[in-house]
Amino acid sequence: MSAPNQLLASPAAKPIVFVLALLPAAWLVWGAVANTLGANPAEALIRATGDWTLRFLCLTLAVTPLRQATGWHALARLRRLLGLFTFFYGVVHFLCFAWLDMGLDVGAIVQDIAKRPFILVGTAALLTMLPLAATSFNAAIKALGGRRWQLLHRAVYATAGLALLHFFWMRSGKHDYAEVAVYAAILGVLLGWRVWRRLRPAPRPALP
Amino acid sequence: LPGARSAVPGAATMEAPTAYGDVTSYNNFYEFGTDKADPALRAQKLQTRPWTVVVDGLVKKPGRWDLDTLLKLAPMEERIYRLRCVEGWSMVIPWVGYSLVELIRRVEPLGSARYVQFETLADARQMPGLRSNIIPWPYVEGLRLDEAMHPLALLAFGLYGELLPPQNGAPLRLVVPWKYGFKSAKSLVAIRFVEQPPRSAWQRTAPQEYGFYANVNPTVDHPRWSQATERRIGEGLFAKRRPTLMFNGYEPQVGQLYAGLDLKKNY
Repeated sequence: MSAPNQLLASPAAKPIVFVLALLPAAWLVWGAVANTLGANPAEALIRATGDWTLRFLCLTLAVTPLRQATGWHALARLRRLLGLFTFFYGVVHFLCFAWLDMGLDVGAIVQDIAKRPFILVGTAALLTMLPLAATSFNAAIKALGGRRWQLLHRAVYATAGLALLHFFWMRSGKHDYAEVAVYAAILGVLLGWRVWRRLRPAPRPALP
Repeated sequence: LPGARSAVPGAATMEAPTAYGDVTSYNNFYEFGTDKADPALRAQKLQTRPWTVVVDGLVKKPGRWDLDTLLKLAPMEERIYRLRCVEGWSMVIPWVGYSLVELIRRVEPLGSARYVQFETLADARQMPGLRSNIIPWPYVEGLRLDEAMHPLALLAFGLYGELLPPQNGAPLRLVVPWKYGFKSAKSLVAIRFVEQPPRSAWQRTAPQEYGFYANVNPTVDHPRWSQATERRIGEGLFAKRRPTLMFNGYEPQVGQLYAGLDLKKNY
């Protein structure tokens, strides 16, 4: 086993990643308490939690390509954790919007989802993650069967597309697509890798 | 930059002014970047002296006005205005300046002048935002002549009793409190009197979203969001959004300018 793989396989790897993944949330909570989030803390929280959802989505989708490219197979142990953190930040993002922007007024939230396509698409992205988060534990994998579970979890590609469209439409207000392009490139590479692996001719079995 | 209390009706709201730190760290000034933190970070080296403003077009007395002349043109007044951004946030800002009409009177517009066009500095060496072509630079805005001559339309040189900080549009800017903030062009270099309605930078960029009038109006939504409410900056994380007021609360003063105008069509 290579050194990075050994590190990833150690029992400490998961708790460390767990704590690291909580740091952005802790930083934002601290910022809200200490009032260091700028003139519009509500907007800062909504945007930052959205950014972190996208970042964790990229990290989650990077696990498999990175594992295949490097042979660090212990990375696979972190995939569920990262996926669940993507969902966590997505939920916090939605709650920030619902609470800080809409004052938890259900009527206003429903109206806003209908009124603004980018909110609708963002909500849809969150909803596509719901069944994945709900079937993320081992018993669910067993109950569904590996193949069906895997098929269901391909919904994450829909999440990626919807999340990117959500961000694109949000930024279209300012015609500023620089950051959108960065996320599109990353997600493009991560999804392109999968397509390429599927389409390339199968390696010949070694002759006896 | 001291300013006397203004006698203009509506010129001094009783609402609590937004903190100086918020006013000067959170605003849009695309010449310095599209993030609302960019202007404060990137505008500090803006050269505001010497500064001249070209005033020309359909006027009897076209000319170049230097800043010192403009600063002494009329007595400075403090105007405490609400500012409503089209994005859905608002502030209360104590500006210092005088009614734009003071300058307009002195250049004597011709009878054919119907509109006034305002142009912001576009200097790529000082303004990193110009590298992106989000907007056709220079930033252009416009008012109908009668709007520009309304006493509430302000030529501002300062805020909070100080000269304008660069990020807020130094050394002089327009403030039209009953319109969305983007109408109030900053760092003015040209004021032009014309016959046809000027096409503003935002009309060129997204005509279906930003019209010529851009009056604050809670009943006419932006195509992508509601304009019914606004977040008052500085009220804290859990403050409820406030209802947005017609003409940003300046309806008694400016409502008659739009008598008979379809405000849904003329957004």
